[in-house]
Amino acid sequence: MIVAQVSSIDVSLGEVAGSVALVALAAAVSFWRRAELEGDIAVALVRSFIQLTAIGYVIKVIFEQDELVFVFALIAVMVLFGAIQARARAKRVPHAFWPLLIALSVAGGGTLALVVALGIFDPEPRYLVPVGGMVVGNSMTAAAVALNRLGDEVEDARLKLEATLALGATAREAAAPFVRRSLRSGMIALVDSTKTTGLIFFPGTMVGMLLAGADPTDAVRLQLILLYVLLGSVALAGLIATSLAYRNFFTPAHQLREPEVETPS
Amino acid sequence: MSSRFDNERVVLGGPADNAAVLFELEDVWLRRGGRDVLAGLTAHIPAGATSVVGPSGSGKSTLLRLLNRLADPDRGTVAYRGRSLLDHDVLELRREVSLVPQLPALLEGTVGTNLEYAARLAGKDGDGSRCLHLAGLDRTFAQRDVGKLSVGEQQRAMLARALVQSPRVLLLDEPTSALDEVARDAVEEALQGLRGERDLSLVLVTHDPAQARRLGDWVVRVERGKAVDAGRAADVLVA
Repeated sequence: MIVAQVSSIDVSLGEVAGSVALVALAAAVSFWRRAELEGDIAVALVRSFIQLTAIGYVIKVIFEQDELVFVFALIAVMVLFGAIQARARAKRVPHAFWPLLIALSVAGGGTLALVVALGIFDPEPRYLVPVGGMVVGNSMTAAAVALNRLGDEVEDARLKLEATLALGATAREAAAPFVRRSLRSGMIALVDSTKTTGLIFFPGTMVGMLLAGADPTDAVRLQLILLYVLLGSVALAGLIATSLAYRNFFTPAHQLREPEVETPS
Repeated sequence: MSSRFDNERVVLGGPADNAAVLFELEDVWLRRGGRDVLAGLTAHIPAGATSVVGPSGSGKSTLLRLLNRLADPDRGTVAYRGRSLLDHDVLELRREVSLVPQLPALLEGTVGTNLEYAARLAGKDGDGSRCLHLAGLDRTFAQRDVGKLSVGEQQRAMLARALVQSPRVLLLDEPTSALDEVARDAVEEALQGLRGERDLSLVLVTHDPAQARRLGDWVVRVERGKAVDAGRAADVLVA
């Protein structure tokens, strides 16, 4: 069981403001090379400040209340917004919202239940909130990438799919190669970063703990736990999202549905 | 047997007189992309070899897709051997009524793995070499990567893949459109041979009246989503 020790650092708003100089550098690069990202960078700057500040206060309240019901509520909201956000990346998948919502719910809830059941973390808000946030965030990214790929694969291979269905294959059999590749593309980024962690980059949790003055070996062990937990949750989210979403391309009679005509916005 | 069409012409006689009716399409409508691709099509397709002819965009390929339920009509009925298609198990129907699409679309891998896949779906052992031969390819093609085949070779591999399932009806959508004259003659010869050897019925979509005459005993002419004529090839397709 992980035991938290009191170790914290004080960060002033002035120090945060100082780091904005690097954002200005990013905007300057964009302007200089005409990447046309200055507006997006400004939006990112403002949104990240507001969103993180807001969630910081929310987490503070949850920690003070020390009630699991608030943790569940926070995770549920994150899952809901995660599904909405991921759906925007999966435009070519019909009715992608429900597969994503179910995938993120199971990945988030299941992973947290598992880490508690395995005795890795105590069922306390100070552990479940940050771990839940990481799990839902990474699961959302993986599910979005997987369904984005699935939509492209199916639409690009309609002839091949129909030719396979024409042989008497079920929708599941016909879609299997595309589902497999989509799941792989959803998982591959985290798998690759896990392979290179410590060699090419230091992951966020470890950096945060080192900055907060934790013992490096503790920082490394906690980071390893989180990486392994994330691998499991990302695989679960990708599996559920692709396994549910591919069905929406087919009718119950194993026919490929006509692509939805996009209405002009 | 008689068939009644919108132009009130009643087509009698021909090889279908004594042949069982395979498919009956009754007032079939299908709308796609904002237009009626099939607009009240009524036709009978007998056992044997039937050619479906007509201009591009007349609904020939769509008609073929209805016959093994890759699509269902918005209105109207389609029956196979006297029973509505909806009453057949769709997967069994597709293994019995096999469709070879116009554009080749093989699975990744070799021709052999494609044949094995199709045979496994149909629960058949399937003599792959024999099917390759019937489709005009020699047995070495089983080891060939599908990505390295010409379009014509892929089209024949698609035919072999369908044959390995031992279907009772073969639906062919412009099966020789990508082939040169020699290859086309070889496939046509193979199809003629198959009919005799396997008691196989063919429904062939073609834009080529000469091919329709060569391969089809019975002809259905489709225009603007309707069957406007049907009968013996010699009667419908006047040279």
